[in-house]
Amino acid sequence: MSSVQPPSGAPAATASPAAAAVEALSPWREGWRVFRANKAAIAGLAMLVLIVGAMVLGPAWYGVAAMDIAAGPFTPPFTDAKVWLGTDYLGRDVLAGLLIGGRATVLVGLAAAAVAVSIGITLGALAGFFGGWVDALLSRVVELFQVLPALLFAMVLVTLFSPSLAVVVFAIGLVAWTGTARLARAEFMRLRGMEFAAAARAMGAGPLRLMLREILPNALPPLIVSASLIIGAAILFEAGLSFLGLSDPNVMSWGLMIGSNRRNILECWWGVTFPGAAIFLTVLSVSLVGDGLNDALNPKLHLR
Amino acid sequence: MPHPLLEVSGLGVEFRTRRGVARVLEDVSFALPRAGTLGLVGESGCGKSITALAAMRLIPQPPGRITAGRVLLEGRDLLALPEAQMRAIRGDRMSMIFQEPMTSLNPAYTVGDQIAEAVIEHQHAGRREALSRATEMLDAVGIPAAARRVHDYPHQFSGGMRQRVMIAMALACKPDVLIADEPTTALDVTVQAQIFDLISELRERTGTAVILITHDMGAIAEMADRVAVMYAGRVVEEGAAVDVLERPLHPYTQGLIACAPGRRQHAPGQPLVEIPGTVPSLLERRGGCAFADRCAQVQPRCRDRLPAETVFGEGERRVLCWLHAADQRVAA
Repeated sequence: MSSVQPPSGAPAATASPAAAAVEALSPWREGWRVFRANKAAIAGLAMLVLIVGAMVLGPAWYGVAAMDIAAGPFTPPFTDAKVWLGTDYLGRDVLAGLLIGGRATVLVGLAAAAVAVSIGITLGALAGFFGGWVDALLSRVVELFQVLPALLFAMVLVTLFSPSLAVVVFAIGLVAWTGTARLARAEFMRLRGMEFAAAARAMGAGPLRLMLREILPNALPPLIVSASLIIGAAILFEAGLSFLGLSDPNVMSWGLMIGSNRRNILECWWGVTFPGAAIFLTVLSVSLVGDGLNDALNPKLHLR
Repeated sequence: MPHPLLEVSGLGVEFRTRRGVARVLEDVSFALPRAGTLGLVGESGCGKSITALAAMRLIPQPPGRITAGRVLLEGRDLLALPEAQMRAIRGDRMSMIFQEPMTSLNPAYTVGDQIAEAVIEHQHAGRREALSRATEMLDAVGIPAAARRVHDYPHQFSGGMRQRVMIAMALACKPDVLIADEPTTALDVTVQAQIFDLISELRERTGTAVILITHDMGAIAEMADRVAVMYAGRVVEEGAAVDVLERPLHPYTQGLIACAPGRRQHAPGQPLVEIPGTVPSLLERRGGCAFADRCAQVQPRCRDRLPAETVFGEGERRVLCWLHAADQRVAA
C-alpha cells in the first residue's frame, strides 16, 4: 500500500509535474492532438489542401481559359500533350475547366454554407434561449422551411431571379439552414439552464452577453461539425443546380461541365467523369475533416 | 434608525405549475447588517435558495413570480428597479456563489478571463488591469501560483479550487453582500472547512456581509451571527445564532439541531435522529402551521391557523409558533 504512494508527503496537495505538463495544454492544442490521431481526417485535410491549392494556383500555372476552344472537340484524355485531360464537345479544355470551375463550385458551397449557418445559428439561438412564444414562432418557421422540397424551392428562387452566383448562394443558403437552427436551438436550451449561465447571470450578465459570450462558445463544437457537413451538401447542391442549367452560364463550374456534357456521355466519358470525381473527392475530404473536427471538439475525448 | 445593509420584508414568491400555483415563499423577512453573517437554514425545498434568488431578482419568470414584499439594499427597493439597473448591481454590489463548483464556471474561458469579465463590466477597467485584479483575487482565495493559474481553464482545477475561483469571481468587485448557496455541499469534508474559513476570513478583511445558505448546523454555529430557520417557505424562527442554537424555541429548530450528528446527545452506535415525515407539498397548502403534521408538540389550533409572530425584545428574536404565542404562553 505504502509502496504505491509517492515518497513525498501530501500527495493530494500538488499534482505531479508530468500531469501538470499535460494539463497545461490549451483546448486548441488538445483538439489538434485528437484530430491528428484520426488518420482519415488527416487524409481528408491533406486532400482538401491539395484541392484548394490547385484551384487557387492551378489556373495561373496552367494558363488556359476554361471557356476557350483549345483543341478539336472530343479529344480523348492523355492523347494530346496540349490538353492532358482531353476536350469536351465544344473543344474546351477539361483540365482548365476543372481548375477554374472548382473555384465557383467551392466558393458557392462555402458562401452558401456561411449563409445557412448564420441564419440557423441566429434563429436557433433566439428560439432556444428565450423559449416560450419566441421558440414556438421560430420553430414553426423552421418547420415551414423543412417541409418545402429543398431542390425545388432552390430552383424556384433561382428561376425567379437571374441565375447569378449571388442568387445561387442565397437560394442554397435559404434551403440548408434548418438543421443548424434545430441544433443551435437544442444546444442553447441545454446550456441556458447550466449552472455557469446562472452564475454569469448572478454576476450581472444581460441576455446578449449570455448568448454571445457565455453560451455560444460552448454551443460551437456541434455547430462547427454541422457547418462542415453543410459545406459538403452545398457543393453538391450547387453542382445539382448547375447540372440543371440553373446557374450562371458564363461562369465555369463542375456542375456546369457535367450538365453541358451529359448528352455526349457515351462518346465523351471524360467530360463528365473528371468533374464528377472532383466533386466526389472534394465533398469526401470536407466530410472527413468534419468527422475529425467532431472528435477534436468533443471534450470527452480530451485528456483530463 | 439607519437602514440595515440588506432588508428583506414580507417577501412572497409563487410558481405556476401544471398542477396549480405553488406558494414557495410567504412573508419572508430578515435583515442583514453591514459585515454581518446571516445563516439561512432548513431542509431541502423549504425555500432557502428561492429566497436568495428572489433577493437577486433571478427567479425565472415565468413560471415564478414575486408576489409581495420588498428587498431593500441600503434603503433602495431592488424589486422596483428596472432590469438594467439590477444587472449593474448583480456581481458588483451583490453576488452569489452556487452549490456546484464543478459546473458553475464556463468551460470555454480561462478562470482569469472569467474573473476579469466582471471587473471590466462593472468597474470599466481595462483588460490588463482586470486581469491583474483577477490574479490578486486568486491569490487572496489561496490558489497557489496565482499568476500562472490565472491562464488555466476550469477543468484544470479540482472541485475545492473551483469553489475558490467562484468566490474570487464573486468578490472581485468588492460587493456589499455575498450570498453563498450551500457553497460546500458538493465538496469533501476537509475542503468544506477550508472554504468556510476562507469565507470568514474574506468577510473580516473586506467587510462583505454574507448570507450563508446551508443545512449544516455546525457551519451555522461557526460562521453566523444571526440565523433564520425556514420551513415550507416561511421563516419560523430568527435570532442571534448563539441563542437559536442554545435555546431553540420552534419545535422544527429543535428537531434540526437534534438531527445534527456529532453534537451533544449523540453517542456512537446509536441511530441518527430524524424528524419524522417530509416537507409538505407547497401545492396543497392548507391553513395553519405547515409543520403541524410532523410536530411532536402539535395542538389542535396549529392545524387551523398560524399565530402572529412572537417578537422578543427589539426584534432580537422572532418565532412563529403557538407554543410561544404572546397572548397564550400556556398550552391550552
